[in-house]
Amino acid sequence: MNGAHDMGGVHGFGAVMPEPDEPVFHADWERRILALTLAMGATGEWTLDAARFARENRPPADYLSKSYYQIWLAGLQQLLVERGLVAPWELAAGRSLWPAKAVRRTLAARDTTRLLERGGPTDREAPRPARFKVGDQVRARNMHPATHTRLPRYVRGHTGTIARVHGCHVFPDSNAHGHGEDPQWLYTVSFRGQELWGAEADPTVTVSVDAFEPYLEPAP
Amino acid sequence: MSRAGDDPHRAADHEHGSELSETQLRVRALESILVEKGYIDPAALDVLIETYETRIGPHNGARVVAKAWVDPDFRRWLLTDSTAAIASLSYTGRQGEHMVALENTSGVHNLVVCTLCSCYPWPVLGLPPVWYKSAPYRSRVVADPRGVLSDFGVELPPDTAIRVWDSTAEVRYMVVPMRPDGTDSWGEEELARLVTRDSMIGAGLPRRPQDVRR
Repeated sequence: MNGAHDMGGVHGFGAVMPEPDEPVFHADWERRILALTLAMGATGEWTLDAARFARENRPPADYLSKSYYQIWLAGLQQLLVERGLVAPWELAAGRSLWPAKAVRRTLAARDTTRLLERGGPTDREAPRPARFKVGDQVRARNMHPATHTRLPRYVRGHTGTIARVHGCHVFPDSNAHGHGEDPQWLYTVSFRGQELWGAEADPTVTVSVDAFEPYLEPAP
Repeated sequence: MSRAGDDPHRAADHEHGSELSETQLRVRALESILVEKGYIDPAALDVLIETYETRIGPHNGARVVAKAWVDPDFRRWLLTDSTAAIASLSYTGRQGEHMVALENTSGVHNLVVCTLCSCYPWPVLGLPPVWYKSAPYRSRVVADPRGVLSDFGVELPPDTAIRVWDSTAEVRYMVVPMRPDGTDSWGEEELARLVTRDSMIGAGLPRRPQDVRR
């Protein structure tokens, strides 16, 4: 979706402000929402791609007025309600008013470290040969799905070069919406800065994105 | 929200005061609902928080970089099969399943971002700092990386090639900065103290030998 989350190239946000000796969390609730999000993710009731979509799929003004972990809170609440795991009136009441729904798994403390160390690799067996190879010129498609995608707007329609081939990976555009993993070839595509930002841009800059094969077409 | 001081991505991080904020109350209520319904084991939450607050952080990545600086075989392995080389130091798993290490040289400087959210190599760097997730960084680093570097006080030679890596899939990037001059006699553990978090994102440079006490 063309949401406020897709920030590459947007002006007006001002300078980057690094914080010296920054703590990992700035408030206790940030600790809690991180842990709640990871623990609920481990139930298997939704995918990481669905969680990303839940966070980004909101009005731009709302997205931009929330802090990072406030977006996580909003995204988690949305997933819980959508999946029927928590009712909106329970969120409003601040307590459980309804019997729980069965979840696929509950993350136990003793399994947590092993689960984190294993992670969730997204590489999959290739269902077909790769369409592109390193060095090929490709164009990022001019596409604007209203659903989840990982092709940022600032590269759409631009021509770049295949720099790396990463094998086949779970396709977020499908997986975020319950349509299965639909593995696709994944490439690092590098673009000259001037191709993206015009002749006045810094000629020493190249920018790459990791792009799934359906995002790409042979350069004209 | 034109200036960083007005940016809610920063300001809201400082809303914790003497009173409990509305957000704090909402999170607390959500946690009790999820525990009451049996979706969550509260002890698992403690493990998750302890892991990312104390065990996993940029000290992990610093060990990877220092080893690459002293051990040419490891360096080669790291640059060709990053996930396996990093796993040999026991840094594996969530948000680091598919790693790519990028080497800075005198001619090339690498810089990592996730313009769409906050993708970041957790097993080697821990959770990302606020600035990495902020609108100013995500919006500007792909269009004006030298401008962003100057926000960090970093000026590169004008002919240095800058490569910005936008983490738009599940590949996670870390930068191997250049080993500082004057460290020929330094061992791996000492060298690791020169490796900063920002230098492994590409937004900073390692400390110089004179910056740390040996």
